[in-house]
Amino acid sequence: MDFEPSEEQQMLIEQVRRFVREEIIPLEAKLDPDASELDPADHARLVEKTKAMGLFGIDIPKEYGGPDIDIVTRVLLAIEMAQHRAGLYVPCYGTFGGAGLAQIFEANDDQKERYLYPTLRGEKKAFFGLTEPSGGSDPARAIQTRAERKDNGWVLNGAKIFISNADRAQYGIVFARTDSSKGRAGITCFIIDSDTPGFHVRRVVHTLRSSHYATELEFKDCWVSDHQVLGEVNKGFAVANDRLTRQRIPYAAGCIGVAIAAHEMAIEWAKMRTTFGEKLSHRQAVQWMLVDNEIDIRTARHFTLEAAEKARRGLPFRIEASIAKLTASEGGGRVVDRAMQIHGGMGMTKDLPLERWYREMRIRRVGEGPSEVQRMVIAREILGSNLR
Amino acid sequence: MSLRLRLDKPWQKLTAETAQRLPGQLGVYQVADAKGTVLFIGQAGARSPFGLRSELQREHKERGDGCQFRVEVNQQYRTRWFELLMVHKADHGALPPDNAKNPPPLGRLSPS
Ligand SMILES: Cc1cc2nc3c(=O)[nH]c(=O)nc-3n(C[C@H](O)[C@H](O)[C@H](O)COP(=O)(O)OP(=O)(O)OC[C@H]3O[C@@H](n4cnc5c(N)ncnc54)[C@H](O)[C@@H]3O)c2cc1C
Repeated sequence: MDFEPSEEQQMLIEQVRRFVREEIIPLEAKLDPDASELDPADHARLVEKTKAMGLFGIDIPKEYGGPDIDIVTRVLLAIEMAQHRAGLYVPCYGTFGGAGLAQIFEANDDQKERYLYPTLRGEKKAFFGLTEPSGGSDPARAIQTRAERKDNGWVLNGAKIFISNADRAQYGIVFARTDSSKGRAGITCFIIDSDTPGFHVRRVVHTLRSSHYATELEFKDCWVSDHQVLGEVNKGFAVANDRLTRQRIPYAAGCIGVAIAAHEMAIEWAKMRTTFGEKLSHRQAVQWMLVDNEIDIRTARHFTLEAAEKARRGLPFRIEASIAKLTASEGGGRVVDRAMQIHGGMGMTKDLPLERWYREMRIRRVGEGPSEVQRMVIAREILGSNLR
Repeated sequence: MSLRLRLDKPWQKLTAETAQRLPGQLGVYQVADAKGTVLFIGQAGARSPFGLRSELQREHKERGDGCQFRVEVNQQYRTRWFELLMVHKADHGALPPDNAKNPPPLGRLSPS
């Protein structure tokens, strides 16, 4: 497959690159190094710019008013959008808009009116509630939150952990066990409004991602009507799984963007910095670190674009998405680590974005399915379906 | 296993000397009046030249003697700051008066 950007893609890439360099990075220089939000006036001004560029709501499908950009091009642009300090988790501080959670597109017409359209208009935010204290890698077995039938609806009891944005969201998608005898075929997906009695955001979970926290949730006799079931009863796991696979492609793209930015900084620094009477860039030890960076970036880029291309063509892309997520998150981590090494003491400071990328990139080997689970998905494919 | 939710260390008098003795590290702090009513929850972020020391010296300069303070050294000063503000709001129904003048975007917590 040839992944050289077309002329049109190249134009879009350059437009976004300019936006990041001329609009985002100068504003970022004035923010706290761990910030994840722009000043509201700056945010609003930049949203007008991305709208004028025709790129607002870039991930929204065309039939819902999105700009009709294919997934390969979106990956190329996502790589650009991540190339600033907050870029891994808040690319361009959200000024390109968002599509919300992929699952909500599975909603029925009534739910679309209540949740999908307000989300696309930027009026509502959502959280994704899958992981529980009992485990996140294998949710089909680990989910202990129960939903029991009551009064034309369901009563939820249980807990979720590591849930991003739940304290600020108006609603969330929550997975609960509706039939304990059926394993993965006994899980249902619910849409829960944040003001539903019995729904609680109990605490902030502090992680390496120091600006954009996760939370712990509790459901205590939280009653929701049948209208809040997303998809079909006992078929929630398919909804979760589909999202997780799709999500791995942009997730990988973000890692590549940050890796490229770190690599470019390391090259600049190596050409400038002198030790023992020679530029760092003249030292083979440093050259090899830069070469390894280049290889990690190219590998991840190739596999991520391959996954996106398969998705674009409507071909199965589960394995490709796992390979992309794995190479980008692991390779991205190595690149940032080497870039820090080349920068010496400066690489450890909050003056540069490297230390933030280092912390946040570490999460990428666990979030959206740990590396070992990605390897397991790939191994199953290689070894056949009877592998246990 | 979870961390302490509320800042519950004993208050110290906010004076030029106590502020001067503070570490230059990142973290969060609370300033209260003489009765212990929290007036402000602040953060000493990476742009404070000497972290908590700089922030509390500034607080003292602006407020003068008569206030109290407590600090927590914390690398995750931003998420901890948001958490303390949300917990205060959940406990008291409102933000501390000096935070309410310029409130940051906050979520809702209902701590148990
Ligand atoms: C900052 C952050 C934000 C998050 N946001 C969300 C969110 O918004 N919504 C949400 O639902 N979840 C979220 N998560 C949770 C995340 O998806 C889970 O942490 C992840 O899926 C792993 O689950 P776990 O932590 O329970 O680890 P476990 O499932 O307990 O696994 C622990 C470790 O065991 C190893 N392991 C697991 N399975 C295998 C295997 N088959 N073979 C070999 N080794 C294995 C892996 O190394 C894994 O890291 C977030 C996590 C973090 C850190």
